Parts: sequence; structure tokens; C-alpha cells
Amino acid sequence: MDIETGYSDEVTKGFLTWSIIWGLVAVLVGVLISFQLIFPQLNFPPFLTYGRLRPIHTNAAIFGWGIGSFMAMFYYITQRLTRSPIWSPGLARFQLWLFNLVIILAAVTLAMGFNQSKEYAELEWPVDILVVILWVIFAVNIFMTIMKRKEEQMYISLWYIIATLVGVAVLYLVNNASIPVSLSKSYSAFAGANDANVQWWYGHNAVAMVLTTPPLAIFYYFFPKTTGVPIYSHRMGIIAFWSLIFMYLWTGAHHLLWTPVPDWVQTLAMAFSLVLIAPSWASVFNGYFSMNGQWHQMRENFLVKFFIFGITFYGLQTLQGPAQAVRTFSAFIHYTDWVPGHVHMGALGWVSLILFAGIYYLVPRLYHTQLYSVKLANAHFWLAVIGQLIYSISMWIAGVQQAAMLHAVNPDGSLHYSFMETLTELYPYWHMRAGGGVIYLVSLFIFIFNIIKTVQSGSAGAAPVRATGAA
Amino acid sequence: MLNLLEKKPILLLLAAVVVIMIGTTVTMIAPFKWINDPSLKIAGVKPYTPLQLEGRDIYIREGCNNCHTQTVRPLVADVARYAPGSTDGYSKVGEFVYDQPHLWGSRRTGPDLARIGGKYPDAWHNKHMEEPRSMVPKSNMPAYAFLKQPLDTSLTEKKMKALGFPYTPAELEAVKGKTEMDAMVAYLQKLGNDIPWRKAAAAAPLVGELKNPSAGNAAAVTDGKKLYEENCAQCHGADLKGDIGVALAELTKPEAELFSTVYQGMERLGMPAFGDALGKEKIWKVITYISSRKGQK
Ligand code: HEC
Ligand code: HEC
Ligand code: HEM
Ligand code: HEM
Repeated sequence: MDIETGYSDEVTKGFLTWSIIWGLVAVLVGVLISFQLIFPQLNFPPFLTYGRLRPIHTNAAIFGWGIGSFMAMFYYITQRLTRSPIWSPGLARFQLWLFNLVIILAAVTLAMGFNQSKEYAELEWPVDILVVILWVIFAVNIFMTIMKRKEEQMYISLWYIIATLVGVAVLYLVNNASIPVSLSKSYSAFAGANDANVQWWYGHNAVAMVLTTPPLAIFYYFFPKTTGVPIYSHRMGIIAFWSLIFMYLWTGAHHLLWTPVPDWVQTLAMAFSLVLIAPSWASVFNGYFSMNGQWHQMRENFLVKFFIFGITFYGLQTLQGPAQAVRTFSAFIHYTDWVPGHVHMGALGWVSLILFAGIYYLVPRLYHTQLYSVKLANAHFWLAVIGQLIYSISMWIAGVQQAAMLHAVNPDGSLHYSFMETLTELYPYWHMRAGGGVIYLVSLFIFIFNIIKTVQSGSAGAAPVRATGAA
Repeated sequence: MLNLLEKKPILLLLAAVVVIMIGTTVTMIAPFKWINDPSLKIAGVKPYTPLQLEGRDIYIREGCNNCHTQTVRPLVADVARYAPGSTDGYSKVGEFVYDQPHLWGSRRTGPDLARIGGKYPDAWHNKHMEEPRSMVPKSNMPAYAFLKQPLDTSLTEKKMKALGFPYTPAELEAVKGKTEMDAMVAYLQKLGNDIPWRKAAAAAPLVGELKNPSAGNAAAVTDGKKLYEENCAQCHGADLKGDIGVALAELTKPEAELFSTVYQGMERLGMPAFGDALGKEKIWKVITYISSRKGQK
């Protein structure tokens, strides 16, 4: 526990360290699978084939990097916003161990092929149980801290945190319901189209409760801290919050357009996806309007760039997403490379940029020092953005091109291109994507180097004062 | 009201749960009443046999669903490509009632497999799984030669029981001694095979006079050669001397008959239908090429 502040930040440091490690693993595996799609010789059976590595990539990215960082930052934010120390620092330390155990087990069991096959819910039931224990510990600790808070009013970030805690719990429990056969094998409790509908209710709300509400909680806290001006509208924040968590739950079936799931479920999903633009953009505008008279900070304060680009990609993501949810457009781009383009604009441009910003903000404060190099942070920023744009843009073009070819029909009703003719057209784009991934990887190394240097200067105890001008 | 919530965490928590549960109830819980309704049953669809189920589990273990979907959408191009020859061969609810979990997938890096059963002979699958590029040169599918290892059958009965599928002792016995590859191929051959989409497909007639428009045309021979190498060589051999399929260079049948065979395929004999994938013009070019090779050594 920090004697000055009374807050215990050790566990935040621990989670940050490990989330960065898992983030690196996720990107390394991402780059590997992007090369496997070009050079199938890079599959090393049985453990390291594309089919087994892709879930390792998504799990390491979403759970290791994403959730790991959220845990770090939620503990930090909650203590500040409640003005009370963590309810149980011991439990939080145990949670860090359990978290790492779960991620390691996830990687090992997925490589061995223990897989429930549902996207983002691949882990087999024994690991699922550990995940549930992990989440309960986390939720109880955060919630108890909130219960005994010294600040009556709960700031927006805390609502998003609470929504995340209950939302993830409900989703995870339902979609992982299964009939175990052995320790490493189980069957889903639901069958066929029911199973699909439950899965995408889960899948899309994993986007809501893991890739949207936690980064928003982080954005709403660290962004005003960084700029030094409060968020533009509290009222808009409230309305956006309630409508966001209301609408998201209706939209799962936009992943199932044109499938045997009943039409009315699909239509509801499509309609709610479109109205979801409003609460999503309310947060975007809240960010932009807060910058009124402050835009000069984009040049002067490197961190502001991360936040503003991050919220901008969130804005683009929440326009593109609803478009994909429209039946006619879905008919075209569903199942193509367009979708990984969408996914990575969100994952890299929105979620990761916000997490980087939070980490850059936190590390110097946690280690009582200054950031080692703002120049390197800027280099990291630009390379990450360029890598991500190459990734997304090449995949959008690839997706549209393949879709156009797949749907091309001759006058006599036969198909104009065979499947392989469409696939061979994709190779150049897959090369570009892999190149974008490598650039992104380089940016990540720069980031990690910068953070290590910063931590070292802090633990050397050289300069206990910080003066980033951003507090 | 909203301002009150900001000061009462328990109330906020409960309110959030209620708000989340509204959409959940309507779009996730309620559809259980409509989906898998008995009236949507398809008579031919049977539970998996022990061997097919083991194959399905390997499909899951290897994550084939990361590259392959198993739903044909009711779109012109989807039906023509993945349920060729039919007009309503797209996927229906009743096909999936025994699928726990569903394997619809979200990405088609490779083609849809919902109707793969019966499209190719077992021999094709064996070779293709072992080294996809030996059959389809530019494929990026991983090689699965290691599936030739013996199948672990210790859990087979338990799995059948867990899913409530019927089985006979003879079926269980038959699984013993099989390889994982056998199981995988048995599963692939079942996909879409117990659904009546093919009957409609077979009925689609070839109308009009069957006369080769590109007969003797030298450019057509060149085009036909390329088409042959891409679509036929894997089974009939690069030299037309046969492999999985017959030696085409030795056939003496009239062109019109060859054309209808290629157009409609030979169901259950392992000759796929190319009518939808290639169209008449391209098929005639291939036939022209084959004719040009007749009698050549
Ligand atoms: C990296 C993605 C990828 C993975 C993983 C993958 N495939 Fe494929 N698969 C393809 C591609 C691309 C094709 C089309 C080219 C070809 O036939 O090889 C294909 C073709 C096929 C075909 C022939 C389909 C047709 O209509 O011609 C079958 C059958 C098949 N795969 C089965 C499997 C099985 C079973 C697995 C899991 C053990 C698997 N695939 C894993 C990409 C993949
Ligand atoms: C998946 C393997 C496969 C592919 C690909 C394939 N064939 Fe066949 N084909 C077969 C088999 C097997 C038979 C033999 C069926 C039987 O009579 O038992 C056959 C039979 C034929 C016949 C009929 C021979 C007869 O005795 O009447 C013709 C003609 C033919 N194929 C042409 C083609 C052409 C042209 C292509 C390419 C457009 C092609 N095949 C692609 C497997 C294949
Ligand atoms: C820049 C480094 C990265 C590369 C090269 C990369 C590469 C890939 C590739 C090749 C796929 C498979 C696409 C397909 O199915 O065709 C994929 C899927 C995915 N990746 Fe990444 N990735 C990277 C970083 C990340 C990060 C940081 C995250 C999350 C924070 C992430 C989340 C995902 C998700 C959720 C999917 C599944 C997408 C879907 O189902 O459509 N990736 N990635
Ligand atoms: C209004 C908001 C959004 C809507 C309506 C929306 C809509 C969609 C739709 C319709 C798809 C399915 C595409 C297809 O397969 O055809 C999709 C996929 C996806 N979206 Fe979004 N999106 C939104 C925001 C986001 C955000 C902010 C993220 C954060 C990273 C995100 C991440 C993903 C992921 C990971 C997938 C891939 C799922 C899979 O197939 O595995 N989305 N989205």
C-alpha cells in the first residue's frame, strides 16, 4: 500500500505487466497466422495449425491483453473514484495469479485441441469454472470497494464498470452451459439454430461488455485527467450509458443474417444495430466537445492523440458495424475478409489505443517517475496507426473484391468464378495485411522498450517527482 | 430517478440487470419457442453414428470451423455454389437439430461444407486432407496427414450417451481400429447427404440441343486445357490417363454425352457436377480439349 495515498496499486502494476506480455503473445500469434494464410507450410501440426492458433490469438488478445489491462485499470480507477482503498488487496493478488493461470491454461488447452468451438467461448468447462471464480472474485472486490466508498456520487466510469461486471457474468454463464463427457470434452447444452442464436447473443455482447464498456470506462476517466478539462456533458453520458446497454442485447442475430434463425429475430437485430449509432456517437461527441478550445493539446500532449484517435476509430467502428448489420450489405460482405478488417479497426484502433494511453498515463505515476521518451511514444503511435490502417484497408478491399467475384453470375445462371479463382486474388492483400501486422509488432516493441525504461528509471529511485503537466 | 441511481450502487446494479435482460429475453430466450419446433423437422435427418460423431469431434478439435462455414444462405450465388443445381438447397432449421454445438462458423477462408457429403469420393478426401495442394495447387488449407493416426475410441460410447444418440454394439465395434482420417471422412460424407436438396437438383433438366459451339476451335483448346488443369486434373490425371476418375483420353462416347455428365455429375460415383461452377461455355471448352487429346499417347 502506498503510504502517501492510502491506495494499493501493486496489483495494478502486476496486471499491467502481465497484460502487456499477453498482448505481445497475441500480436505475435496474429502475425504468425496471417503468414500461415499465405504460406501453408508454416502450419506445424498437430499443435500449431491455423485452426488451433486462431482461437489462441483471439483469446490472448481479448482476455489476456484486453481483460488483463481492464483489471489493472479498474482497480486503479475505482480506488480514485471512491476515494477508498481496495476492499481486499490480498484477494486482488490472488486474482492476478488465477488470471495468469487461466491464460496459460487457455493457451495450452487450445493448442491441444480442447475446444468447445464457440467463438470467444472456446475454453473447455474446467477452465470455464476457473474463469467464473476469477470473475466473481474481481466483481466482489470492485463492488465492495464501491459499497464502502467515501465519495457519494458515482462517476460515469463506475457505471460502465458495474455494467461490465454483471454483463460478462450473465453472458458467460449462459453460453458456456454444456454437457461434460470428460475433463477435456463437452457438448453444448443447446442444439443447432438455438445454439447459434445463443452463441451470437453472447458473441456480440462480448463486443459490448468487453470491447466497448470497459474502454469507455477507461476513456471517461483518463481522458479528462489527461487534458485537464472535465468531460463535456455528464447528462449525455447518462443517456448514452442506459441506451447503450439496453440496445446492445437485441443485436446478436446480426451475425446470423440469412441463416435459419427466425427472420423476426434477424430483423430486430438489424433495427437495433442501426439505432445503436446514437448512444455510440454520444460518447464520441462527448470526447470531441470536451476538446473545445483544447485542440492545441493534440500537438502538445502526445497522450491526447491516443485518446482522440481511439475515440475516432470507435466512431468509425460504430458506423461500419450498423452498415454490416443491414441484410443486403451483409449478404455481400459476411464471411469475407471485410469482417477481420472491421474487427481489427476496433481491436487495434479503438481498444488498444485506449489501453496504450491508459498505460502511458499510469506507469510514470505508479513508479513515481517520468516517461522515458515522448519521442518513442510518438513513434509507437504512428507506427501502430499505420500498421492498423494497412491491415483494415487491405482487408476491406479484399473483402469487397472477393464478394463481387463470388456473386458474379453468367447470363446462363452459372457462376462466373470458381472458389479458387476468388481465393488466389486474395494473396496480395494477405501479404499487405501481414506487412501491416509486422509494422504493428515493431510499434509494440518500441512501446514495451519505452515502458521498461520508464519502470527502470522509477525503481532506480532517481526522480520521485513527476511533471507531465497532464495531471 | 437517473440521478438517484448514481448514488445507489445496488440499485444501479439491479437496474442494469433489468435493462440487459429485456433484449435478452426477447431475442435470446423467446426464440427457443420457435427454433427447432417439431413441425420444422426434416424426416431424413438422422443423429450421427459413432464414427461420424468422432469425426465431428476431430473437426472441432482441429478448428476447421475457423475457415469453413456450414450454412448455405438463400442467395442466388450461395445456392449455386454450395447446393449446385437446386433452387432451394439452402440451409433449414431442421438440418441442425442434432448439432451440439452448431458449426456454422463466421468466416469462409475455404468453401462452405454444409453440402460436401457425396460431392467427392472418399479417396479424394483422403488425398486432399493429407496434402491439400496435391489436389488444389493454390490452396492454403493446412495439411492434416497426421490424422492417419488411430482413433481414440475410449469415450465413444459415453459421447453417444451424453447426446442421447441411438447406437448398436456393432456400430461401436466398427469404430475400433479406424483412423482419425476415416472418422473425419465419414463425417464429411454425411454433411448435407440426408437432406432432400439433391433430389431437386437431379431433376433440373438440360434443355436445348447439345452441340459443341467451340468444336475444332484452337483457342478453345487452350482455354479448355487451363480449365482442365484447374478443375479435372486432380481426379483424372494431368495426362488424362485417370486416377480417382476414369481415363478420359480413352473414352469413345459422343461429346454430347460427356457434356451432360460433366454438367450434371454422376451422383454417388464421385464425379462432381460442374454445371453451376463452370457454366455451359466453359464446359464445352473442356470437352473440346478432351476431344483434342483423344487417341494421343
Ligand atoms: C486456413 C484455412 C483452412 C483450414 C484451417 C481448413 N481448411 Fe479446408 N479448405 C480451405 C480452403 C482454402 C479450401 C479450398 C481449396 C482446397 O480445396 O484445398 C478448403 C477445402 C476443403 C474441402 C473441399 C471443399 C470443396 O467443396 O471442394 C474440404 C472437404 C475441407 N477443406 C475440409 C477441411 C477440414 C475437415 C478441415 C479441418 C481438419 C479443414 N478443411 C481446415 C481452408 C482451410
Ligand atoms: C473429385 C474427383 C473428380 C473431378 C474433380 C472430376 N472428375 Fe470426372 N469423374 C470422376 C470419377 C470418380 C468418375 C467415374 C465415375 C464412374 O463411372 O464410376 C468420373 C467420370 C467422368 C466422366 C464420365 C466417364 C464415362 O465413363 O462416361 C467424364 C466425361 C468426366 N469425369 C469428366 C470430367 C471433367 C471434364 C472434369 C473437370 C471439369 C472432371 N471430370 C472432374 C471424378 C472426378
Ligand atoms: C497487428 C497484429 C495482428 C495481426 C497480424 C492479427 C491477425 C489476425 C488474423 C490473420 C486473424 C484471422 C482472420 C481471418 O479469419 O481471416 C485474426 C482474427 C482476430 N483477431 Fe487479430 N491480429 C492482430 C492483432 C489483434 C489484436 C491486438 C486483437 C484484439 C485486441 C485481435 C483480435 C482478433 C479477433 C477478435 C479476431 C477474430 C475475428 C473474426 O472472427 O472475424 N487481433 N487476427
Ligand atoms: C454499433 C456498434 C457495432 C455494430 C452494430 C457492429 C456490428 C457488427 C456486425 C454486423 C458484425 C458481423 C459481421 C459479419 O460477420 O458479417 C460485427 C463483427 C464484429 N465486430 Fe462489430 N459492430 C459494432 C461495433 C464494434 C466494436 C466497437 C468492436 C470492438 C472491437 C466490434 C468488434 C467486432 C468483432 C470482434 C466482430 C467479429 C465477430 C466474429 O465474427 O467473430 N464491433 N460487428
